[in-house]
Amino acid sequence: MNEPNLSDWQADVLREVGNIGAGHAAMALSTLLQSEVRMSVTSARICQFDEIPDVIGGAEAVIVAVFLRMSGDLSGNMMFLLSLASAKQLINHLLPGEEAEDFTELEMSALGEVGNILGGSYLNALSLLTSLRLQQSVPAVAIDMAGAVLDIGILMAGEVADSAVLIHTSIWQGTTNIDGHFFLLPDPDSGMPLLQALGNRDE
Amino acid sequence: MEVIRVAIADGAVARASDRLRTTGLGSCVGVVLFESRSGLSGMVHVMLPNAPAAGTDRPTKYADVGVDWLVDQLHKAGAKPSQLRAKIAGGAQMFNTQSTNDVLRVGPRNVDAVLNSLNRLEIPLLAADTGGSVGRTIEFDPETETLWVRTAFKGQYGI
Repeated sequence: MNEPNLSDWQADVLREVGNIGAGHAAMALSTLLQSEVRMSVTSARICQFDEIPDVIGGAEAVIVAVFLRMSGDLSGNMMFLLSLASAKQLINHLLPGEEAEDFTELEMSALGEVGNILGGSYLNALSLLTSLRLQQSVPAVAIDMAGAVLDIGILMAGEVADSAVLIHTSIWQGTTNIDGHFFLLPDPDSGMPLLQALGNRDE
Repeated sequence: MEVIRVAIADGAVARASDRLRTTGLGSCVGVVLFESRSGLSGMVHVMLPNAPAAGTDRPTKYADVGVDWLVDQLHKAGAKPSQLRAKIAGGAQMFNTQSTNDVLRVGPRNVDAVLNSLNRLEIPLLAADTGGSVGRTIEFDPETETLWVRTAFKGQYGI
């Protein structure tokens, strides 16, 4: 099995990529919420498939996920993940007056649009940083068990390995009690172009 | 009674007194094979339809070779392959999208690949809860031969 391996330098670069991407996305969310959004330090590491749902509370935790496929010079999967409570808070803020127990079609579409804007900011920052050409797919939204919605994120990695590179940043907004996560999972063949674009010092 | 957890892209065999469980099946498929006489059961949690042409050292990741692997393991544990029967769950498409992105449609392809393997190995399929857009956690009770399916919003039911 051809398991990927990250050197310290590679992990540093990917962490920085995540910091810059998530920083721009957090700024976009700050604008939407009209209040400051904070973010954690980004982690970049190789995760066994099993470990990935654990990052956000385990395979059975119910979450809201917005999925964007990244293509162009780099390919991979971008996910914006929220707890149910956070997603409700976000909707209350964006669509005041909507108080249904379930998520309506309008609300799902609003969540998709938020994911689209935040994912777009993230990838835009990544594109500026690397001078690589990147496109994003239309957003797709799912609300279900974390293990089930994250399947899709690791499929491409699954073709060649039993683990995936996960670039993870948490964000939160205190007064509205919204917290979320950005996952960037580069396809296995995309890790190297990304590192090369940033000047690979390991070679 | 012990509950044996089966991880993604993994598999296990259980004695009559034990249960097999796997959590958060999305596009992945959980395949359970069991033999009534001995009470032996086995489960794989496959994530992709077809193993690479060059072969694999992880058959439990793939629908096509994962079922063969499980039959082999149960055979080694003392079950008769001709007496095995199957129940399966999973293979959902979690994200509804207009895009023609093939990645998002892997669930139904996984189910097809499992069905092909069961067909080829002449293993009767007694129950299936597949497709749709829901995640599933499954647990097999060898005593009643019930496959319990739990979803996030529709509770638990047996098949």
